[in-house]
Amino acid sequence: MEKFITLTDTAVPLEIENVDTDQIIPARFLKATDKAGFGENLFRDWRFDKNDEPNPEFALNKPEYKGSILVAGDNFGCGSSREHAAWALKAYGFTVVVSSYFADIFKGNALNNGLLPVQVSAEFLDQLFVEITKDTSVEIKVDLEAQKIEIPKKDISESFDIDPYKKTCMINGFDDIDFLVSKLDAIKEFERKKSHKTQATTAL
Amino acid sequence: MKKTLFDKIWDAHVVESIPNGPDILYIDKHLIHEVTSPQAFNELKEREISVFRPDQIVATADHNTPTENQHLPVKDLLSRKQLKELTQNCQENNITLYGLGHPYNGIVHVMAPELGITQPGMTMVCGDSHTSTHGAFGTIAFGIGTSQVSQVFASQCVLVQKPKKLRVNVNGKLKKGVLPKDVILYIISKLGTNSGTGYFCEYAGNVFEEMSMEGRMTVCNMSIEMGARGGLIAPDDTTFEYVKGKEFAPKGEEFDTKKAYWATLKTDEDAEFDQEYSFDAEDIEPMITYGTNPGMGIKITGTIPMEGGKSDAKALAYMGFKPGESLLEKTINWIFIGSCTNSRIEDFRQAAAFIKGKQKAANVNALIVPGSRQVAAQIEAEGLTEVFENAGFTLRQPGCSACLAMNDDKIPAGEYCVSTSNRNFEGRQGQGSRTILASPLTAAATAISGKLTDFTKHLN
Repeated sequence: MEKFITLTDTAVPLEIENVDTDQIIPARFLKATDKAGFGENLFRDWRFDKNDEPNPEFALNKPEYKGSILVAGDNFGCGSSREHAAWALKAYGFTVVVSSYFADIFKGNALNNGLLPVQVSAEFLDQLFVEITKDTSVEIKVDLEAQKIEIPKKDISESFDIDPYKKTCMINGFDDIDFLVSKLDAIKEFERKKSHKTQATTAL
Repeated sequence: MKKTLFDKIWDAHVVESIPNGPDILYIDKHLIHEVTSPQAFNELKEREISVFRPDQIVATADHNTPTENQHLPVKDLLSRKQLKELTQNCQENNITLYGLGHPYNGIVHVMAPELGITQPGMTMVCGDSHTSTHGAFGTIAFGIGTSQVSQVFASQCVLVQKPKKLRVNVNGKLKKGVLPKDVILYIISKLGTNSGTGYFCEYAGNVFEEMSMEGRMTVCNMSIEMGARGGLIAPDDTTFEYVKGKEFAPKGEEFDTKKAYWATLKTDEDAEFDQEYSFDAEDIEPMITYGTNPGMGIKITGTIPMEGGKSDAKALAYMGFKPGESLLEKTINWIFIGSCTNSRIEDFRQAAAFIKGKQKAANVNALIVPGSRQVAAQIEAEGLTEVFENAGFTLRQPGCSACLAMNDDKIPAGEYCVSTSNRNFEGRQGQGSRTILASPLTAAATAISGKLTDFTKHLN
């Protein structure tokens, strides 16, 4: 997995709440058996009309908005567990998603793919929307080490939470499979004890 | 310390807790399907890691399968390739696969419980958010992403932070015509789509105690629609009776031993929850959704709320509805009874009991898709096939079908579909489709009248 330490870039505002993973990547694009190519179908039915023409009203199609940070409305990534949503965002070019709330499974999927979900307060999110729509060239800085998100030019900032284990993984580019495989002896030992315990008639 | 049902199962499966980090949680059963597993198998191949516990994995083909002519090669080439990869991956890794056409094939959350693969006290995962369904058995079951599918392949464990605990109590007597689907749609309409995020939800109260296993599965299935990773209900005699005798359930003395353990799986009195809500069963009526997330629900006789946020306006514009509008008498051209939420035998019995001797309205396309081959066989054995066909309904072969429209079962753009599935997201049932979530009874009644009606007036 790619390392993530800090990022300063412009942002794309997606002022929509409850963005579900069916919108991020519709089910009809889930037939692939590898991880390639999902970026072109990111937000497919919002980005394109029924004739496959780009919808000029959609934020990702507006030429003034560029950058690898997506700022989205509350409860981003709800619904289906499809990791294709994280792959699609990453493949399109996003490295950070900022929202005031993330659905659990999406958050985990994002972290497992080097896509950093930054959860901020509703007030700070509103501030971000105001600033990035007022001045589309304004940059947002995300510092994972310091757990801080800011608009340096405007001197506004907020700290954010992240699971310390996941933070270490992101900063070092580690992933969970390597870690779990290193624990196989402990897991086998657990299995031995558990099979003994489940024979008991009392609670484990 | 007093423990909740959730604590008891979780704590018994923690291999190690990482300081300030997640737990290494041991997984008893891992269910897989064709859509979210191929990239996980590839990940293992690239790292030259073998599947650690293939005996604890069961595979089925359900999401991307046709519901017609399942004996013929799948027409869609991408779908056929995805199914072929599942078969190859299972063969190479010694994983049991109940593929298309197998008598045990079906939607993963329908076939596993009916085969006795799902048992109380277990931890279960699947690359599908509706894995919460299995919580109906007093099981910790939750959906995972594909990276986690590869983690479970490699170690039979997932790394996961222990969720907080939520309890939802519903007590009292349900009104006539109110089904388990209405109960969960009601709960989500009251709590919203993200109230459960970060939590595991226990459902308690006499309403759930008196529910069948099918009903409990419908309720737990939709836990994810309020954001909860999973939902669960304490196992009781209803659970034990359901599990007993199932193909892969423990038998004889082993069953008795297990049952004695399962009976201990209940929340201790005075155990603490991080959040708790209580509702009265009498307040619940047949429910429908009017928007584009499952929290946007009203009783069928109700009106769309006047006060909505920005997102509500977007949702209503998509649905073609207005604030303050009643949806009674709204013409509906499509009905779908199926999905992992409502495709079990009880769902079809309830629909058939209403439909029997009646005809669907001329404007309606009514699609019935059983959850599994076993459910399909039961429909046939109970004579329900005739009831559906005489009424003009189309009965298909099992699969996820129009719930997510990965196959050809799509609702046309702009059309309303009263659907027993779990998600009314934009385009979920086909590009531009408009989904109204409801119970099998509401769907059946709508098919007969061709419009949304207060059918409870006509119930005996």
